Amino acid sequence: MLAKRIIPCLDVKDGRVVKGVNFVNLRDAGDPVELAALYDREGADELVFLDISASVEGRATMIEVVRQTAGEITIPFTVGGGISSVDDMKRLLRAGADKIGINTAAVREPNLVLDGARKFGSQCIVVAIDAKYNEAWGEWEVYTHGGRRETGIRALEWAKRAEELGAGELLLTSMDADGTKDGFDLKLTAAVSDAVGIPVIASGGAGTPEHFYDVFTAGKADAGLAATIFHYKELSIAEVKGYLKEKGVDIR
Amino acid sequence: MIAIIDYGMGNLHSVSKAVERLGWEAEVTSDPAHILGADGVILPGVGAFGDAMRELSESGLADVVRQAAASGKPLLGICLGMQLLFGESEEHGQHEGLGILPGRAMRFAGEYKVPHMGWNRLAFRQDSPLFEGLEEGYVYFVHSYHVKPDDESVLLAVTDYYQPVTAIVGRGRVFGMQFHPEKSGDVGMRLLANFLSLCGTKPQA
Repeated sequence: MLAKRIIPCLDVKDGRVVKGVNFVNLRDAGDPVELAALYDREGADELVFLDISASVEGRATMIEVVRQTAGEITIPFTVGGGISSVDDMKRLLRAGADKIGINTAAVREPNLVLDGARKFGSQCIVVAIDAKYNEAWGEWEVYTHGGRRETGIRALEWAKRAEELGAGELLLTSMDADGTKDGFDLKLTAAVSDAVGIPVIASGGAGTPEHFYDVFTAGKADAGLAATIFHYKELSIAEVKGYLKEKGVDIR
Repeated sequence: MIAIIDYGMGNLHSVSKAVERLGWEAEVTSDPAHILGADGVILPGVGAFGDAMRELSESGLADVVRQAAASGKPLLGICLGMQLLFGESEEHGQHEGLGILPGRAMRFAGEYKVPHMGWNRLAFRQDSPLFEGLEEGYVYFVHSYHVKPDDESVLLAVTDYYQPVTAIVGRGRVFGMQFHPEKSGDVGMRLLANFLSLCGTKPQA
C-alpha cells in the first residue's frame, strides 16, 4: 500500500529561501537547491517550492532554481505560486518540476485546471486550497491571494469541482491552524478527503510527530506538509517517520 | 552515450541529470541517428497516451524506438514511456501503442484514489539484472492507468495498490518502469544504475 508522505515546503523569493532557515552544515541556508538536497537526504518524500516572488525577474529566477533542483534531488517536487497559464506550467515542467500547484489562478480561471490536466496529465496538477472556517456557514471558505482575499466559495464544493476539472491532488491549507503548531485541522482535512477521490496533502499546524499521526488517521490525509518546524529543526523528518513507523503507519 | 528521447512530452531534464549523476553522458534528442547510435535508450513520458503516441508516430520516432528495441539495444520506458511499449491503451479513447511488448494500459477502476500517487513498495516476481544488489523497497509512482501484460513472463516486479499493479517489465533488453526511478531515492537510482550497466562500460571513469 501507499506510504504516507512527509513533505517540507520551501518559500522562495527571487531565488532565495525566505522564512529564515536554521540549518547548520549548510554553506548557504538561503539556497533552495542546497536545502532541497538536504531534505532529500533526510528522507523527505517530496518537496514543495512556493514561489512568492512578485517580479518577472523573480519568476525567471525560479525556473533556474527548478532546473538546478531537478538535477540534484531524487524525489519529486511541486512548484506553486503565481502560475497563471498553461505556458507557465510548461516552462516549469520542462525545467524539471514534477507537479504544478495552482491556487488563485485556478479559482479565477477554473479552466486552467482542465487545460493543464489535458495537456500534462492530472498527476501534474495540484490545486492548492487555502480554507478558513466561516462561522455563519458552519463550513470552510476558500481564500485566495495568499489568504488575503475571501471568495464566497465553499471549500468542499471547490475541492470537488477541482477534482472534476482534472486536479490530480489537493494541497489543503487550513488558515485557522496555520502557524499555531497545535496540529492540523483534522475536521477540515477529513471532510475534504471524504469529499474527493484524489490524494489530499494536509498543511498548516504541524508541531509534533503526533500531529502527523492524527492527520493520517483521523484526518484521512495522504500526505502532511510543514515548513517552519522542519526549517528550524524543531522536528526532523526522521523523528516524524520514526514515530509513525512505531505506530504502524506505512512510511517509506 | 544514453539517448533520452525527446518527443515534446515530459520531464526529460530530471532523467538526463540522473543518468549523468550515474556517470554516463546523456543526450536529450529526437535525432534518429543519435538514438540508434546510442549505447542505451530511455523513453520517458509524462502526459496523455494518445498525444504521446501521435507525437511519436508523426515524428517517425515510433519506428526508431521499435528499431532500437529490435536491434537488442537496451531500452527503458519510464512511466508513460513504459505504457507506450505495450500494444494499446484505453486512455481517453482507444490508442495503439508501440506494440513492442504484449499487453494494454487500463484505467484504475474501483473505490480508491486515482491517480495512484506516492511511494509504494516493489515486490519482485522474478530475477532480473535490474535487481542486482537491491532489496524490495519503495519507489515513487504517479499514474492513472496501469498495464496488464498479456504474457506474465514480462512481469518483473509488481506493487500493491488494491490489486497487483505492474511496476517493472522486461523482455530481453527491453525494460519498463511504471514509477519514476529518477524520483525514487536510492532504490530508484540503483535500478537506473543497473539498467545503465547493461548498456556497456561507463565512458567516464
